[in-house]
Amino acid sequence: MKRRTFLKAGLATSATAVAVSAGILAPNAVFAAYNEAAFKTKTVDEGMSAVFGSAAAADSADIKLKAPAIAENGAVVPVEVDATAMKGVESIAIFVAKNAVPLACTYKFSAGALGFAAVRVKMGETQDVVAVVKAGGKLFKTKSEVKVTIGGCGG
Amino acid sequence: MADISFRLKAENKGDAYEIKALFKHPMESGVRKNKATGEVYPADFINEITAKLNGTPVMVAEWSGAVSQNPFLAFKVTGKAGDKLEVSCTSNKGDSGTSTADLA
Repeated sequence: MKRRTFLKAGLATSATAVAVSAGILAPNAVFAAYNEAAFKTKTVDEGMSAVFGSAAAADSADIKLKAPAIAENGAVVPVEVDATAMKGVESIAIFVAKNAVPLACTYKFSAGALGFAAVRVKMGETQDVVAVVKAGGKLFKTKSEVKVTIGGCGG
Repeated sequence: MADISFRLKAENKGDAYEIKALFKHPMESGVRKNKATGEVYPADFINEITAKLNGTPVMVAEWSGAVSQNPFLAFKVTGKAGDKLEVSCTSNKGDSGTSTADLA
């Protein structure tokens, strides 16, 4: 039994490695076509893997995620990701953790654009907004909780 | 195929230009139901936005239906006065729109 588990783990690891190298080798990955598959993923980790090829991101204080602590209207929640303090920002993805499809939007940049994106997103309930930034080939993330009070009375 | 209309503004922030776009679009996620009939409103959302500076793509955004109705988008570019910015968007239904602004 133990040997079997071990083999399975080995297989899974090598599959991930192949996926990562495929991602790196893909030419012109910066401006590829609409990532349909990523927008069908059900969790933040799956979404990150689909967008960036990996779900491992380091927490970073250099990403400034601006989202309201309390949102009166969950249908319009302004979110701003400012990673201009980081060098070589390639892309930004914004996830709303408990949405049916957590991946809300992705932004890819090339020379001439800074690591900054603002958008308004929908969220059904109190939850985390996660910003993932890819800079210099590495992944960084930060998150912020937004309380949604649709009644508008707080609480 | 309908046109998507939106306003585009480039603001000089000193070290960079902040580009703001305000789209007019329902951003229907394809999940919401009509409460009276139980029918699902079909998905209709802007899913791809491309920004070009003097013809060179600088930013591509991909959106899902989780972006709010009448969406707002902001990003920053480095450029100089007189540079031409062109932003175009397409929806999952194939609707599209384009708008241009000059950096000042």
